[in-house]
Amino acid sequence: MNESVVLDKIVKTHGLVKAVDHVSLSIRSGEFFSLLGPSGSGKTTILRLIAGLDHPDQGDIIIQQRVVTLDPPHKRPVNMVFQHYALFPHLSVFENVAFGLHMKKERQTNIQNAVSHMLALVRLQGKEKRLPSQLSGGEQQRVALARALVNRPVVLLLDEPLAALDQQLRQEMQGELKRLQREVEATFICVTHQQDEALMLSDRIAVMQGGKVLQVGTPQEIYDHPVSSIVAQFIGLSNTLSGTIASCEGGVCRVDHEVLSSVLVMCSPHDPPQGAVTVMVRPERVHVSSDMSINGYDNMLSAVVHHVAFSGNEVVYHVRLRDKAIWMARVPIAEAQASSFAIGQPVYVHWRAMEGLVLPAHPASC
Amino acid sequence: MKRTPTTFIVTSLLVMLFLYLPIVFLIGLSFNASTMGVAWKGFTFQWYEKLAMDQAILEATVNSVVIALVSTGLALILGVGTAIALETRQKTQQSWVNLILVLPLVIPEILLGVALLMVFVLCQVHLGFGTVIIGHMVFNLPLTIVIVRARLRKLDPAWADAACDLGATSWDVLTHITLPLLRPAIWGAALLGFTVSLDDFVVTFFVAGPGSTTLPLKVFSMIKTGMTPEINALSAIMVVVSMLCVGLSWFLQQRSTQVSAESSYQ
Amino acid sequence: MLNQRSDVSSAFPVKLSLLSTSLFLGLFFFLPLILVFGVSLASRGMYGGITWIPTWENYQRVFDPLVGVIFFRSLLLAGLTTFICAVLGFPLAYCLARVSRPWQLILLTLVMIPFWTNFLVRTYAWVLILRADGILNSLLIGLGLLDEPLSLLFTDLSVLVGLVYGYLPFMVLPLVVAIERISPQLEDAAFDLYASMGGMFRHVLLPLSAPGFLAGGVLVFIPSLGAFITPYLLGGGQNMMLGTFIQHEFLVARDWPFGSALSFGLMGTVLLLWFLLGRASVEKDPS
Repeated sequence: MNESVVLDKIVKTHGLVKAVDHVSLSIRSGEFFSLLGPSGSGKTTILRLIAGLDHPDQGDIIIQQRVVTLDPPHKRPVNMVFQHYALFPHLSVFENVAFGLHMKKERQTNIQNAVSHMLALVRLQGKEKRLPSQLSGGEQQRVALARALVNRPVVLLLDEPLAALDQQLRQEMQGELKRLQREVEATFICVTHQQDEALMLSDRIAVMQGGKVLQVGTPQEIYDHPVSSIVAQFIGLSNTLSGTIASCEGGVCRVDHEVLSSVLVMCSPHDPPQGAVTVMVRPERVHVSSDMSINGYDNMLSAVVHHVAFSGNEVVYHVRLRDKAIWMARVPIAEAQASSFAIGQPVYVHWRAMEGLVLPAHPASC
Repeated sequence: MKRTPTTFIVTSLLVMLFLYLPIVFLIGLSFNASTMGVAWKGFTFQWYEKLAMDQAILEATVNSVVIALVSTGLALILGVGTAIALETRQKTQQSWVNLILVLPLVIPEILLGVALLMVFVLCQVHLGFGTVIIGHMVFNLPLTIVIVRARLRKLDPAWADAACDLGATSWDVLTHITLPLLRPAIWGAALLGFTVSLDDFVVTFFVAGPGSTTLPLKVFSMIKTGMTPEINALSAIMVVVSMLCVGLSWFLQQRSTQVSAESSYQ
Repeated sequence: MLNQRSDVSSAFPVKLSLLSTSLFLGLFFFLPLILVFGVSLASRGMYGGITWIPTWENYQRVFDPLVGVIFFRSLLLAGLTTFICAVLGFPLAYCLARVSRPWQLILLTLVMIPFWTNFLVRTYAWVLILRADGILNSLLIGLGLLDEPLSLLFTDLSVLVGLVYGYLPFMVLPLVVAIERISPQLEDAAFDLYASMGGMFRHVLLPLSAPGFLAGGVLVFIPSLGAFITPYLLGGGQNMMLGTFIQHEFLVARDWPFGSALSFGLMGTVLLLWFLLGRASVEKDPS
């Protein structure tokens, strides 16, 4: 598969802060690639470097087999959808979308056709004469998309494209983004701090923190096999337990904990972990019960219900383990109605060995 | 408003009366037929008619408008560019820049007047239109820069980035993004500068020459030489013109706040 | 975080205007001020000219009792003007800040109109009101409250009235801005916590309006201190303030060195005050 964008050992410092620290990525043609990380992880800086709005201190940027490291923005086949869209407030929808073509000195008839076509694609016909302030958030978003895509970029950069939208609109626009990508056949590179968004939209994800790329992979790979506990936590694995490996046999480890009883967890049979580890369990895999033992579950810890949060289609129990750690368990509403628990009630949490993950210990938790 | 204490409302009304009564008296007296004193002797337009015949006043009016137009125009040409140039300077330089810009606006006008007078006299510059225009620019230029900079600071830098991303050069950004977005501020600065220049007395008083008498200078000499009802008529006209200016500037400001509301989410 | 590309300041006309502005202000603002300082150290020539013999005499004359009276009167009148403007301006500013949208625009415009009206004309209106055969005296005699006219014009009081009238809008506008920034919820919170109306004003509104008072104070005090039109038209020859005194020294007495020393004294006072208040407002208003 041919590469659309290649970053080669990119370094960019803002003052004393290394915003991007030796990042290398290769993004394939036509894929939806997400940069996922907390704010300040350097993901927006990478976007600006690819766009040419900033230039790296070290390293190279290659777009379609051409080194563009120091090229200005208008010499790159790249366009951007800005975080708050940055629509020009004094220009109409039509003039906003036509801006890029106008700058390229395209002929008026071509501009007219291209803009109309693009506005149809984002379903904004009839709103050409409006000013950005007269549009809803979702419509502004679509103008921003049209303004970038009308230039037929090889790569479209999206900076937190859905952050400014409300929940319902966000889900709608996720589908819209995927549809647009299929139609224009461009590479989409998207920056987001929301893991569910990244998981849902992307073909591949790069998880970033502190200017470094921690892991690159498909959503499935990252979700199932995070390389470190930081990645795991970022992808929504919030229940952790630190311990030491007691034994490893046939792909199952026993992890001992200072206070709690030992737990079993699956691991790679070829390269078994050793020493201090962190065991992680997804909240949706934790089963809460008043029974001490349930068939089919390998692990059991006793706990006390600390807090109960109801969220429509599920109930989230926050339970306190004996070592004072708080774990979360997401229980579907139907199941929770069958057996509910009150705050302060002693319960047992169960999970299967195959549902746990064992990773080298989180450096911070040592 | 429902909780506002009555004493506040009463005080406000009295203060408004205090602000307006003198102006109302002035306009009223301009229609008074009496040549001396304030007693009402009947309604007349004769002072306005006399005013229209007065060649010196017409000349002073033309002088005032020419001086205000030229000094405001020059201040705009230099000021808008300077504001843009200053806005992208380092943070550490900002406080010095602010100091230098605000200084001509805070020091008492009389200082500006005498200082300029001394320079012009010692350098043997002929006092006239040129010196008055220069004098007015000394406050009009910083005024323009301060107003334009305030607007510039509210512009989202992402707009310039977006324009670059869409292929604009720095010249394109200036002409297609920055200047159009600054337009309300530029008009506001122009209007304010024009009015301030039109109204200025103190600086003009020191640096004007025989041929460059402005309307305020003319009013001043009329007040000094003797109170004729013509001054009342002239003053009334100046008040009405000011009101029209305020109306226009409000209209422009309304439009400018509209644009900034559009851009308010950073 | 502007970068090299979108940095419009690199455009040639922009650089050129920065250069011209610097030259202009250097030549016609800073150079004249330096000249004032230079002349203030020179001596007066025989027929009103300047002789370049360095002397401190002009500054010593500033401390002459006769000059001191003018200095003191200017400071006192400017201070009183500022205080009265604050007292009168605050209730009006509060009403303006808390009134609903369309009314606010109308009322603000009404406050702005005198502010934009020619200062000379506004001061002249008070001459018509205060002079011996003026509106006020005619009214009082007409009502039978007085037998013969009071001499209101050419007193310190008439100057004070003129100054307050002239600079009141300068106090109101910054106060409106400051009060608008105070959330009405804070007032509710104060009432909820048992504050009376007076307590709420003293402990919540007034302290939070401090930035407005400071800004308004500077805007009223400085021009009042250096005022020329008001003391000239309403104060007459006896009740001189610094502004009229400086004008007198320059254009009537033709003593430029002494006039320059006075000017420099005035500027020093203004800058010192401005600096102190500027620091105070930074402390009061961390934003």
